[in-house]
Amino acid sequence: MDFWTDPVEAAGEWLSGIFVGWGMNADAAHVLAAFVGILVLISVVMVLDIFLVWTERKIVARFQDRIGPNRLGPFGLVQPFADIIKLIIKENIYPVGVDKIVYNLAPIIMMTSVLLLWAVLPLTEFLGLDLNVGVLYLIGVGALGTLSIIMAGWSSNNKYALLGAFRQVAVMISYEIPMVVALLIPTILSGSMGINSIVAAQESSWYIVLAPLAFLLFLISATAELGRAPFDLTEAESELIAGHHIEYSGMKFGLFYASELLHTFTFGGFIAAFFFGGWQGPWVSEIPALGLLYFLAKATVGYWLFGWIKYTMPRIRIDKMMDLNWKFLVPFSFVLLMYVALMNALLAGFRATEGAMWIYTWGMFLSNILLGWITLEILRRRAHGERVKVEGAVVEAGHH
Amino acid sequence: MTVAQIIFLITAAVILGSAAMVVTTRNLVHAALWLIVTLFGAAVLFAMLNAGFIAVVQVVVYIGAIAILFIFAVMLTRREMNDTGPGLNKGWWLSAVTSALTFGGLVWLLQGWDGLSKVAPALGSEFDAIGALANALVSPEAYVLPFEVASVLLLAALVGAVYIAFQRKGEE
Repeated sequence: MDFWTDPVEAAGEWLSGIFVGWGMNADAAHVLAAFVGILVLISVVMVLDIFLVWTERKIVARFQDRIGPNRLGPFGLVQPFADIIKLIIKENIYPVGVDKIVYNLAPIIMMTSVLLLWAVLPLTEFLGLDLNVGVLYLIGVGALGTLSIIMAGWSSNNKYALLGAFRQVAVMISYEIPMVVALLIPTILSGSMGINSIVAAQESSWYIVLAPLAFLLFLISATAELGRAPFDLTEAESELIAGHHIEYSGMKFGLFYASELLHTFTFGGFIAAFFFGGWQGPWVSEIPALGLLYFLAKATVGYWLFGWIKYTMPRIRIDKMMDLNWKFLVPFSFVLLMYVALMNALLAGFRATEGAMWIYTWGMFLSNILLGWITLEILRRRAHGERVKVEGAVVEAGHH
Repeated sequence: MTVAQIIFLITAAVILGSAAMVVTTRNLVHAALWLIVTLFGAAVLFAMLNAGFIAVVQVVVYIGAIAILFIFAVMLTRREMNDTGPGLNKGWWLSAVTSALTFGGLVWLLQGWDGLSKVAPALGSEFDAIGALANALVSPEAYVLPFEVASVLLLAALVGAVYIAFQRKGEE
């Protein structure tokens, strides 16, 4: 096995070779080497998470015209470590009447649900499991996150935590539907549910070009799934305080906070993988390890995109948000799915022939733009009609 | 004993133990959480049988939707966190007889079955389980009729839900 084409496989074989040298059964050595690999990946991800806290604070500072952390170390880079020490040495508080086991399990399941996503995240061509149900796995793991929120809200024995959890869970299970349908579109275009295969299929053109509307749909539903502004319904400082984690202190709160940031970065990675070609880039076929750099760069852009949305949008009221999902996004996503599948089938001949690839690419792009324009036109007419009705009522009321 | 058998025994023990907890625990939310453990164990069994798609769908549908709705319903209908009433009602002997009969019948049926000692054939890495499932669901020789009937049933349930929740003008 060549180290440069597949370093992970090579390292795994080297490690299991050492274990076999110690007199271990070959199968057991393989399993143990895999466990070491998982441990290394999780450690790297958790260290990355520490710096995500710093990045988040710097991003929000830029948007609010501040400097952000800048005292400890260069550019304030040591600040998150000070925060971690503070969180760890804080007192472990149990409010009255908490359900101790469920209360302690909730942050663990929350963090686990994010870390599990990294199993299918296609970091490079060789790193990241190409599960043949990868797209559904993403949704299934999201279900665990939903579960942990309701566990946290219920076990805290606090009505604000419970109300916040209810609102958040209602949003998450509603926006799962457009998210699944949005993810079916890359599946249709690539012919596979494995995320690494979807990335591999984007060699000639990224899916942001072939399916820009699916990207927007995924971006909106992912923002809701992450519970970030403008969809951060759990947070309402004057009425609901901060949602499901208000009774948590110290590192347990830290886990919720860290998992939110890591979740956002992970979804930035999925946006990169589904719509921006993941590890694809120049010279990646010669040096596959270069893909890791491309992927992380694209994922960071995705992370920044979520930050940009979060810090520039006002919060949406819950009934408006449910209306947006059930009355617009769900029907729209079904129409889009059928439309993209139809266009893909109609233009499939151009994709197969040499030299006519550009017709396929442009055909898909322009047909998406056309559908987007038609949708906006219908919405504009509807909004105009509603406004006329409301204004007419106001005018009538003024006469009386 | 192979690794697969050890994993199966652990999973089966977890499923049975958590299923027993579902019916014996007094706290309804705890019962729902134990039910999630049971359903998760079933997903592990599906994954062990190389049915990755069904395993993931089990998690998405049963844990992601149905169990969450259970918890919602329990929280919205019960005012107190702990239920102190008796765990059994008057019809307990009826369900005891029914479950004993079902268990006995299953044991009797499986006595003559030779599948228990068989080893599952290894699937090649090229075997496309999802493709096979998709073809089976839409092919007239296989399951297209049950598939369509289930779709119509779900559609009817959806229409019914909309009808019940719909507010006509002038009402309220």
